[in-house]
Amino acid sequence: MQTSHRTLLAKLLALAVAMFLFAVFVLPPLYDLFCEITGIGGRTDGKYEAVEVRVDTSRQVEVQFVAANNAEMPWEFYPMEYSVVVHPGESRAVNFFAHNTTGENMVAQAIPNVLPNNAADYFHKTACFCFDNQPLAAGEQAELGLVFILDPDLPDSVNTVTLSYTLFDITDRTALSISQIQ
Amino acid sequence: MAHGPATLADGWVKYISRWVFTTNHKDIGTLYLWFSFAMFILGGSFAMIIRAELFQPGMQLIKPEFFNQMTTMHGLVMVFGAIMPAFVGLANWLIPMMIGAPDMALPRMNNLSFWILPFAFAILVATLFMEGGGPNFGWTFYAPLSTTYAPDTVNYFIFGVHIMGASSIMGSINIIATVMNMRAPGMTYMKMPMFVWTWLITAFLLVAVMPVLAGAVTMMLTDINFGTSFFDAAGGGDPVLFQHIFWFFGHPEVYIIILPAFGVVSQIIPTFSRKPLFGYSSMVYATASIAFMSFIVWAHHMFTVGMPIAGELYFMYATMLIAVPTGVKVFNWITTMYKGSLTFETPMLFSIAFVILFTFGGFTGLMLSIAAADIQYHDTYFVVAHFHYVMVAGAVFSGTAAVYYWLPKWCGKMYDETMGKVQFWIAFIGFNITFMPQHFLGLAGMPRRYADYGLQFADWNMVSSIGAFMYGAAQILFLFNVVRTITHGKPVDKPEVWEGAEGLEWTVPTPAPYHTFEKPPQVK
Repeated sequence: MQTSHRTLLAKLLALAVAMFLFAVFVLPPLYDLFCEITGIGGRTDGKYEAVEVRVDTSRQVEVQFVAANNAEMPWEFYPMEYSVVVHPGESRAVNFFAHNTTGENMVAQAIPNVLPNNAADYFHKTACFCFDNQPLAAGEQAELGLVFILDPDLPDSVNTVTLSYTLFDITDRTALSISQIQ
Repeated sequence: MAHGPATLADGWVKYISRWVFTTNHKDIGTLYLWFSFAMFILGGSFAMIIRAELFQPGMQLIKPEFFNQMTTMHGLVMVFGAIMPAFVGLANWLIPMMIGAPDMALPRMNNLSFWILPFAFAILVATLFMEGGGPNFGWTFYAPLSTTYAPDTVNYFIFGVHIMGASSIMGSINIIATVMNMRAPGMTYMKMPMFVWTWLITAFLLVAVMPVLAGAVTMMLTDINFGTSFFDAAGGGDPVLFQHIFWFFGHPEVYIIILPAFGVVSQIIPTFSRKPLFGYSSMVYATASIAFMSFIVWAHHMFTVGMPIAGELYFMYATMLIAVPTGVKVFNWITTMYKGSLTFETPMLFSIAFVILFTFGGFTGLMLSIAAADIQYHDTYFVVAHFHYVMVAGAVFSGTAAVYYWLPKWCGKMYDETMGKVQFWIAFIGFNITFMPQHFLGLAGMPRRYADYGLQFADWNMVSSIGAFMYGAAQILFLFNVVRTITHGKPVDKPEVWEGAEGLEWTVPTPAPYHTFEKPPQVK
């Protein structure tokens, strides 16, 4: 093979490999970062450390709760209060009810989502069952707690915030947690 | 047999070994073309099953699960098995002859890149006979349909995609190396025929995005088998990420399919207009800018995922911008014909039909690019009609034109002009009867990818199916005409074959000898 072919071949193969690595290792984190910065997709941040803030009593915001099961999840899962009215800056605790209706020990994971998108960055959770996975033994019931604060900087256009949880069955991928219940 | 290829007269073993071990660009081009035609017939028969089921409302012939496998396999086989290898076949045959090179730059890799392809498709098609059936999640294989809810055979599908991706990457590297390193003395970049230019640009697109496709299916593979959560919300992933990655590959992919088709008609129209191509350099720049822009418009396929308004506006305007260089090309083709001494041989008929119907498909593309309107059109038959106007009347018509145009050069025999014209008119009319009504169906709200439909869609669906059977029949006639030409065609012996043909490939004897340009020609 001529040298000119060989160098070109090496360069093009390197380009192909680089694009593969770009797709697998760069694009997904980049996408997450993009969503995090822009709040697109209603993603909320992780655990929030409460700081001393002024409670804005002049303003009331309705927070609605939605609970849904992912396709094959058989649990009973609903918010104990469907909506609450809070002042921005005020810390509020609510509970969700979960009941493993099956005869199997299972592990669930709740994934939160906030609408409208521009509210996602201002919805802070100081405690949430969604930070951990939820093992429930067969037939077991539980009240799952959430403590949240709406940031006083919440855009003025937002009067209603909807927080939805989708509950996923992750029993298969957490064989360890199952043995911990037993 | 000191020189030249083994023929059937040398015995079966030698004849088959010739094709299996060949490193000759003409042999490999022939293999690619026959393989792609076989896949075209296979994908076409899937389409016939789809149209037969949709002939009337209600379920008649097949089960909905199988219908889903048919739509998926039709798309995959046509895109990756028929259209792409057809143009790689043309590139193999023509690029060395057009630039005055004796062969492709990397002949052994050329052999490998072809011969892994039949295995990829054997694996893919075999899934239809396995428990659980073949891939049923649409050719765009969106997660989680293709991960959480996919049949177990999805792993075969992933492996098949990996192989065909490797084949495409090797093929394109070969084309780039050939064009960049093996041009005859005096053949500067701006003297290369348009077909070579469009393929050079396409090859760069392929090297850039086929690995992204491989990455997407690899992430699917690990999500399915190794517990990662790239596209699984339960583990912190996001199914929408899949769509972004897929279309980051998928949008350049549609230009990978159409750019070589642009190249083909840019060769044929000047010949039968007996004028040089109008605006050669603007054609080159238009092709390059289309290729560049194909990387920055991908999310116009996903206007309904819930993008912020700024994103929708950006992708909408960027998409509309592609109409500018494409318009330049259409303008140049028409201007090439303007005041030319036109004759209407079969390749020219297909090329003119290409220009008209591709432009039509481009206009429906512009309609789809309007984000607000796309929310209505999304996933309806309007989209199906749009991309068949650009894929079939675009890529397939130009591929057919290319076969008729260069077939006399390849085999030294002239095809039957009457049969060619009959095929053209059946294909042209059948194509429009098939896909024109699908615009109406889509605008009326018929969703794509369903095995059944509401009664209000019955009439146009029946019309569409009748057109599809017509178009399918035209392909059988095409096969017959090509085979008949090879066996009984009238011999041609003048090198230029067509009166107005320009280019190095028309300076070699007809039929093209097994080895051409062993001594490079001098290009002035």
